[in-house]
Amino acid sequence: MTFQMFLQQLINGVSLGSLYGLIAIGYTMVYGILRLINFAHGDVLMVGCYFAFYAILIFSLPWYFSFLAAIFLTGVLGIAIDRGAYLPVRKAPRISALITAIGVSFLLENLALVIFGGRPKAFYRPPIFGKVIEWEDLHFLTLSLWIPSITLVLMLLLLLIIYRTRTGMAMRAIARDMETVRLMGVDVNRIISLTFALGSALAAAGGIMWALKFPQIDPYMGIIPGLKAFVAAVLGGIGNVIGAALGGLLLGLLEIMLVALMPSLGGYKDAFAFLILIGILLFRPIGIMGEKLPD
Amino acid sequence: MALFSAKHLTMIFGGLMAVDDFSLELKGGDLIGLIGPNGAGKTTAFNMIAGNLKPTQGKIFFQEEEITGLKPNAITRRGIARTFQNIRLFQDLPVIENVMISYHGRLHSSFVGAVLRTPLYNREEKEMRNGAMVLLQRVRLADFANERAGALSYGQQRRLEIARALATNPKLLLLDEPAAGMNPNETQELMDFILKIKEDFKLTVLLIEHDMRVVMGICRWIKVLDYGATIAEGTPKEIQSNPQVIAAYLGEAGGKGIA
Amino acid sequence: MHTTRDQILTGLSIIGLFAFLYWAEGNATEYQIRLLNNCAIFITLAVSYNLINGICGQFSLEPNAFVAIGAYTSALLTMSPVEKQVSFIIEPLIWPLSVISVPFWFSLLAAGLVTGLLAFLMGFPVFRVRGDYLAIVTLGFGEVVRVVANNLQNITNGPLGLRGLVPHTNLWWSFGFMIFTLFFIWRLAKSSFGRAMKAIREDEVAAEAMGIRCFRYKMMAFTVSGFFEGIAGGLLAHLITTISPVLFTFFLTFNLLIIIVVGGLGSTTGSVISSVLFVWGSEALRAVEEPFSIGPVNVPGIPGMRMVIFAIILVMVMIFARQGIMGRGEFSWQRLIHLLKKAGNCLRSGRWPFSLLNI
Repeated sequence: MTFQMFLQQLINGVSLGSLYGLIAIGYTMVYGILRLINFAHGDVLMVGCYFAFYAILIFSLPWYFSFLAAIFLTGVLGIAIDRGAYLPVRKAPRISALITAIGVSFLLENLALVIFGGRPKAFYRPPIFGKVIEWEDLHFLTLSLWIPSITLVLMLLLLLIIYRTRTGMAMRAIARDMETVRLMGVDVNRIISLTFALGSALAAAGGIMWALKFPQIDPYMGIIPGLKAFVAAVLGGIGNVIGAALGGLLLGLLEIMLVALMPSLGGYKDAFAFLILIGILLFRPIGIMGEKLPD
Repeated sequence: MALFSAKHLTMIFGGLMAVDDFSLELKGGDLIGLIGPNGAGKTTAFNMIAGNLKPTQGKIFFQEEEITGLKPNAITRRGIARTFQNIRLFQDLPVIENVMISYHGRLHSSFVGAVLRTPLYNREEKEMRNGAMVLLQRVRLADFANERAGALSYGQQRRLEIARALATNPKLLLLDEPAAGMNPNETQELMDFILKIKEDFKLTVLLIEHDMRVVMGICRWIKVLDYGATIAEGTPKEIQSNPQVIAAYLGEAGGKGIA
Repeated sequence: MHTTRDQILTGLSIIGLFAFLYWAEGNATEYQIRLLNNCAIFITLAVSYNLINGICGQFSLEPNAFVAIGAYTSALLTMSPVEKQVSFIIEPLIWPLSVISVPFWFSLLAAGLVTGLLAFLMGFPVFRVRGDYLAIVTLGFGEVVRVVANNLQNITNGPLGLRGLVPHTNLWWSFGFMIFTLFFIWRLAKSSFGRAMKAIREDEVAAEAMGIRCFRYKMMAFTVSGFFEGIAGGLLAHLITTISPVLFTFFLTFNLLIIIVVGGLGSTTGSVISSVLFVWGSEALRAVEEPFSIGPVNVPGIPGMRMVIFAIILVMVMIFARQGIMGRGEFSWQRLIHLLKKAGNCLRSGRWPFSLLNI
């Protein structure tokens, strides 16, 4: 492979990896506080895309406004899911929460199917993202530069919230010991809802950028990216935000490289992520940056 | 030859030294107490012996075989049984089945035999049930044999914990705070009970306790831990008058202190 | 516990069932027969899935993978070489599969053994983890199987799948195997092995401490589940006569999950009842997806509404009635007779049978 090709794949990989990372952060945040794998996370991403799609289509809002509105609405959806489905089973055994999450996931997918229809819809790509850059032999969209940049900004914003605000401190404390934080008089449920809101909003952002990159949306679009983002979160060390981002980046790069180096195995790229997952769980379950074992 | 010996066991979690150079030798028929303030490392030591934790350093020998780092089920099958500080019964299973579980390590029939209900399987099942019933009678829980374990009172659950540990046919019994939450009457009963089963089943007993009446009353030898290290060892009389031990416990709330 | 009366009653029920099947074969419509076959296969699947999930407490999401493997194994073995040549148009099927063709029963046995073996091998990495991670890893395996099936052009025929299978599966096969599965799993669950699995479910650390080799029992449950799910896959393949990767997505696992949860995780009886409700309910709810009219108003059908309803049911059950229909209880002739007596009393005295409910 020439250096040019390598650079090309690198750009693709970073772009894809940023998306995985952004979605992974949502998983990792929720798991950190609740020890729950939010199966519905990938589907929340999908709903965010549809929000954006219809905002543009029906309300004819300018794209930047639509995207922001969609992200905000998805955050609200996250809160609704937490309050409606996860809060009632908070005290129940872990399996119940897990099954509930699977139920919510399925509900979202099929509701989307019923309401929006199963046929994929074309997602609007604003011209600013669609410009093609050609440099020597390289050939990519401006989008490939925008995605990592926006991801970086969002991640820094999130880290700011987590490490520099009282709410963020509460989140970190709950991740360590929920009962004690509750005893301290903190409204734990409110913080948890906020965490869902943030995670879902980030998922929506990731989803919208995904839809910009692969401009087709359908009710099942969130499943595979969601699962891969989960693998990324585990790879980076579940519960660790920076780890999730790094895990996502690594996964995206590995996936692109696999297809580039062995194109005949391209059909297997979805399975690849799971093989990585099994590998990590066998050899280094705490992940790259993890501190505690997944229990 | 000692039945059991732990040599220089050390447990380090991250940067924290939970247990520091713990050594202990037990002969058959011993009844030894392990005491110390909360967080002194007593349960951690138990966990190392029972196989729930792998010691960072040190070795454990039982009946002249090294058992360091073996999995808990292997250690139990070699003859060391334990109870848990916070009761870990199989809540949804009937009381008698909680005890029958402990016989599993010694079964011979295969699962095909179980499905087909071969004579061998039926015989083993019967033996298990009878044996469990006998043990339940010893702890006065025979009347509750078919009740859900979760439905028992606290005191009854504690007795069930001990019964199922006995069902594993141990030579060494590790009791983790068996008197926790008991009133003075129950505590006295427990003391008598421990002495009796030790004799009837030819056991060696190592127990962790906070209730000094129990420790001073039945233990022949006591080991005191504080912050992971052994600060004193000796007969009950020696320990009672040991200034370091008193200092370690000084300020401990509640009427269960020494002196 | 296993009195002669119980054995006689059970024997009579089975004879009654077979008599019914005999009648149905001659007199029921093709639609009804297909429904009955579906019922039997779903019961088989649910009861097997309940063994690893409900009884042993290991939350696995594996069924779609195992059903797929069983289906493909069985299909590839029964298809005649001629059919295979016709089907595999992009890439020919590898040897020796391209030339062999075996009787149905043998293909089912092979399906079970292959799937069981795979379950056994999978168990080693899978049971290194617990809880949510176990779920995701088994889900991942399901995805891997699907992707592999989609890509191995020269074995599975990729996305085209296998068509033209002989519809071997009839009421006798499906119900016969269902009875065998019920017998096996019921016996296993009530035995000391089942007891060990339940102990692992209740508290694995305590089970370990009591001398149980937990890994061994988890493997047992997983492999047995795999075996039965694989054979059920073979039966399914020869019922619908066409298989392709899209049939074996997480959708199938989700349906089975709803079934065992609503029935009561850990209760074999619950799984049976719930499977029947599910198959019947799916058909009944089809009405919601077709256009229908209330009086003069024409309501258009809403396709996909069925699954929405099922998903809502699952979430509702988890929030309000976590134990499901049977909780962890099982059927016994004793309880049924007791229930019938009470019903009889209520009818005779004319009192409203509220008391029926607190059995």
